[in-house]
Amino acid sequence: MKTFRSIAILILTLIVLASMMGCAPKQPAGPVTIRVLSMEQAGPTVDEMNAIVGEFNQANPDIKVEIEYVAYDALHDKITTAMASTPPAYDVFLVDDIWYAEFAKAGYVMDATSRITQDMRDKIFVSAWDITTVDGKVYGMPWLLDEKYFFYNKKLLQEAGFNAPPKTWEELVEQSKVIKEKGIVEYPIVWSWGQYEAAICDWVILLYGNGGSLVDANGAPAFNNEIGVKTLTWMIQTIDEGITNPASVSYVEEDVRNVFSQGKAVFAVNWNYMYDLVNFNTEESQVTGQIKMALMPAFEGSGVESATINGSMGFSVAATSPNQDAAWKYVEFLTSEDIQNRYSGHLLPIWQTSFQGENLTKLQSYSPANETTVPMFNAQFPYAHVRPKVPYYPEASKALQLALQEALTKQKTPEQALNDAAAKWIELAK
Amino acid sequence: MKKRLRTLLLAIWIIPVLLFIYLPVAWLVISSISTRAELLSTPIHWIPQHPTFQNYLNIFAPGQGTSEVAKTFRITLWNSLVVASSVTLIALTLGSLASYALIRLRFPFRQSMLIGILGTRMIPEISLVIPLYLFATRFGLFNSPLILIITYLSFALPFAIWLMAAFFNTIPVELEDAARIDGCNRLETLFRIIMPISAPGLVSTGLFVFLTAWDEFFFALILTSTVSAKTVPVAIAEFTGRYVVDVGGMMTGGVLAAIPPVVLSLIFQRYIVSGLTAGAVKG
Amino acid sequence: MQSCMKQKFTLTQQDALLGFGLILPSLLVILGISLQPILSTLYLSVFESSRGINAEQTFVGLGNYTSLLSDPVFWVTIGRTLYFTLVSVGLELVLGLAIAQLIHSHPPGWQFLRTSLIIPWAVPTIVNGTMWRWIYNADYGALNGLFLQLGLIDKYIPWLTKPDVAMNLVIVADIWHSVPFIALILQAALATLPVDLEEAAAVDGANALQRFFLIRLPLLRPAILVALVIRTVEAFRVFDIIYVITNGGPAFGTVTISYLTYLETFSFGNVGRGAALSFLISIFTLIMAFVYIRILYRPEDSQ
Repeated sequence: MKTFRSIAILILTLIVLASMMGCAPKQPAGPVTIRVLSMEQAGPTVDEMNAIVGEFNQANPDIKVEIEYVAYDALHDKITTAMASTPPAYDVFLVDDIWYAEFAKAGYVMDATSRITQDMRDKIFVSAWDITTVDGKVYGMPWLLDEKYFFYNKKLLQEAGFNAPPKTWEELVEQSKVIKEKGIVEYPIVWSWGQYEAAICDWVILLYGNGGSLVDANGAPAFNNEIGVKTLTWMIQTIDEGITNPASVSYVEEDVRNVFSQGKAVFAVNWNYMYDLVNFNTEESQVTGQIKMALMPAFEGSGVESATINGSMGFSVAATSPNQDAAWKYVEFLTSEDIQNRYSGHLLPIWQTSFQGENLTKLQSYSPANETTVPMFNAQFPYAHVRPKVPYYPEASKALQLALQEALTKQKTPEQALNDAAAKWIELAK
Repeated sequence: MKKRLRTLLLAIWIIPVLLFIYLPVAWLVISSISTRAELLSTPIHWIPQHPTFQNYLNIFAPGQGTSEVAKTFRITLWNSLVVASSVTLIALTLGSLASYALIRLRFPFRQSMLIGILGTRMIPEISLVIPLYLFATRFGLFNSPLILIITYLSFALPFAIWLMAAFFNTIPVELEDAARIDGCNRLETLFRIIMPISAPGLVSTGLFVFLTAWDEFFFALILTSTVSAKTVPVAIAEFTGRYVVDVGGMMTGGVLAAIPPVVLSLIFQRYIVSGLTAGAVKG
Repeated sequence: MQSCMKQKFTLTQQDALLGFGLILPSLLVILGISLQPILSTLYLSVFESSRGINAEQTFVGLGNYTSLLSDPVFWVTIGRTLYFTLVSVGLELVLGLAIAQLIHSHPPGWQFLRTSLIIPWAVPTIVNGTMWRWIYNADYGALNGLFLQLGLIDKYIPWLTKPDVAMNLVIVADIWHSVPFIALILQAALATLPVDLEEAAAVDGANALQRFFLIRLPLLRPAILVALVIRTVEAFRVFDIIYVITNGGPAFGTVTISYLTYLETFSFGNVGRGAALSFLISIFTLIMAFVYIRILYRPEDSQ
C-alpha cells in the first residue's frame, strides 16, 4: 500500500511539473518577424550565422529575423511539412540543389527572377545560378557552393614511384596496379557508391567525364547508351580488379573520409569539407600533411578535360510567406558581397569578385586549408555539372541508385539496369 | 550439492547474455571518449591510448567553438524527461483502469474494443504526422512539450493498455473473488488487491512506456523546432551534417541519453520484486 | 436460487457500467488524437495527389490500392518486411524467454542482469543505428576487428555489400535493441505467477523441462501473446534503424514497407499512394494480430 501511495505522489508531482513546462512562450508584438530555417553543421558555424542575423536585425529595426537549425537529413521533411500550413512556419529556408525543381512545381518557393539585379547576374558564378534556376526562373540565392574534388595521398603515391596524380581514369588504374603490386594499400581508391544520393554524384563525375550525360537536350534520359554502359562496366571492373574498395558499394561520403583518413586509400573523391579534416586535424586523421587535391580526372579519348558534380545549396523565400519583401531582404543581405567576404572562413563566396586580387589573398589566409581549396575551387568549378532539374528528381534518383547498385552487386547487367532506370524516368516524366 | 551445481550452471549462462549486452555498450562508451583518428586504427584500440573527454565537456561545460547541439543538449535532456514522465504517468493511470475493465469486467464490445485500441497503433507514424502537424499549428501547440505529450499518448496509451492486460491476466481470478467475498466492491478490489499485486507489471509497463516515449523520433522532429521543446533523439540527429557525422558527439549523446532510464529502473527496481504475489496469495 | 440469479444480473450490469466508466477516458484520448489523423489519411488514400500549395487531387477510388497490389515491388517489399518481422521477433521471443527464465531462476548476479537489460533499450535508436553502422564497417569496424583478433577471419570483410547479409545484420541490431523488451515483460509475468502450482508439480515428479513446457509456458501465454503482438506491430513498421544503418541498400535489399511509405510520402511527394500504403500496412498487421490471437488466445485466459 505504501508503494502505491508513493507512486501516486510521484505521479501528481510530475503532472504538475509537466503542465508548468507546457506553457509555450508567447510571440512578442512589434516588428515583422521573419523565421529562417537553416541547418546545423553547415559550412558557417551557428555562431557565425547568428552574428549575421544580429547584424541584419540591427540594420533593419522594422524586421526581426529568428533563425532555427535542423539536421540536413531533416531539412526536406521540415520544409514540406511547414508548407502544409498557412502561413507557413518559415519564411525563408535553405534548399538543396536537388529539391529546387520539386519545390518550384509544388509552389513552395517564391519566383525571385525579377528581384535579381543585373549586377548580381554579372558578378555571381554562372554555375552557381544553375542551382537555383528551374526552367529559366530563379527561385533563390545560391549559397554554400560545393563540388566534389579529387584527393590523393602524396606520400603513398610517391612510395609507389609516382610524382604526379593521374590526369585520366585510365592513368589512375595504371598507378593503382603498381600501388597494389608494391603492397602499399590493398584498395587504392575509395568511393561513395552506397544507396544514397552520393552514388549519383560519383556517377555524374564518371559519366560526364566520359562524355556522357544524364539527360539530353529535351530532358529525356540519356544515360542508358554505350557511354553509360561503358562507364558502369568500368566501375564494376575496378571492384573486380581490387582497385576500388569493395565496401564502396555501401559507403557514403563520411565513410570515404574515414578510410582515407586511415591511410588505407591513396585516392578518394569527396566534397570540399574533407580536405581540412584529413590534412590538418590530427584528432580526426592519421594522414595529416600528406594530402593533396588535383583536378578531377576524366576518361581518355572522351574529349573531356575534367568533370565533377555541383552540389551547392540556396536560400529561398516561401511562396506563401506574408512578408516576402522583408524575407527577400534578409536573403539578399545573407548572400551580399560584403557579408560573404566577411564571413568566408567556412564558406566559399558566390561572388566571382571575392576570388580576385586582395579579396583572394584574404580568402586564402582564413585557414591553412583555404590556401589549397580556394584556388582548387576556382579551377574545378567551371567543370561542375548540376543534376537534372526535374520535379520528380527524388524518385528518379532512387531508381538510378537502384540501377547502379543492382549492377555493382551483379544482380543485373549494366545495360539491363540502366535501361530499367531510364524506363522509370520516362514513366515519371509523363 | 545438486542445487549448488545448478546455480553454477545458471551463472555460466549469464556470461554470454551479459557479453551480448555489454560489448556494444562498451564500444559505445569507447567511441565517446576516443578521437576519430584513434577510432580508425587497425588493429583496433579497444582501450583508447589517448582518451579524451572533450565530447562530455562540450555538453557540460561548453566553450567558444562548441556546436549548438552540444550547448543545448542539457535542455533537450530536460525536455525529454518532462515529456516522457508525463506521458508515462498519464498512460499508466488511464491505461491500467481501462485495461482492468477490458480484462476483468464483462460488457458488450469488450473484445473488439481491445483489438480496436491496438488497431489505432498500426498506422505508421509517417502517415499521421502531417495531420497532427496541422492540428498542432491550428491550436497553437506547435513546438511545445504539451503537443508531444498529447501525440505520444496516441501510442503510449494503447501500449500501456495491452501491457497491463497481460499482467492483469496472470493474476488468478480466485484472489479477486476472495476479496469480494470479504466485502470489497470492484473498485476497492482493484486498488487494494489488484494494483499492489500488479506492482511489478505496473512498474515494468511504466518503464516500457517511458522508454518508448524517450526514444520517439519522428513526431518530435516534425512537431518541435527549437530548444523549448526539442527532445534528445532530435538533438542527437543534429550531430549529423550534410556530409560530416560527429560520431563522437552522437555516441556521447547516446551514453547520456541512456542514463536517465537506467537510473529510473534502478529506483523502481525494488518494486519489481518477484515472490510478492506468492506472499499475497498466502496472506 | 431465484434471488441469487437476480443479484448476479444486477452485478453484471454494475460491472458493465463500471467497465465503460473505466475505459472511457482512455477511449476519448485515443480517439481524440488518432481518429482525425487516421480519417484524413484514409481520405487522402482515395486520391491521386501530389504535394504542393495548389496540388491537383484526382479522385481515384481504390486506384492507389489496386496499383500497389498489382506492383511486384510492393509484394517483394512485403515479403522482405515479413522476413524481417518473423526472424527478428521469433529470435527475440526465444532469446527473451530464455533470459526471462534465467533471471527468474535467480542465479548470482540476476539483479545486475535485469538492470543491464534496460541499457540496450535506453540507447536511442538513432544512436543504436549509427553505432552498428560503425561496428559493421568494412575498414574500421569493431566486428572485423574482433573477428580478426579471435582468428575467425583472416582479412577484413565488407559486411554491408550483399543484400541478404545486410538484412540479417540489421536484424541483429534490432534484436539487440528489442530483446530486453520481451525478456523484461516475460520476467515480470513470471514474477506474478503462482509458485504453488509448480511446487505441486515438482512433488508429483515432473522434471524441470516438463514443468517449464507444461505448466509455466501455458500460464505465460497471455503475456507472450501481448509481447508478440506489440513487437510484431513494431517490427512490421520498422524504419529508423534501417534508415540509419543501410538507407535501404544495397540494391533496395533492406527496404521495408514503412521505408517505402516514407519514400512515397516524404521523398517522392506521392501523398495518396503513401496514405494507401499505410492502410495496407495496418491491414497486414491486423491480420497478423488476429493470427496470434487465434493461436494463442484461449477464452479461459480471462475468466
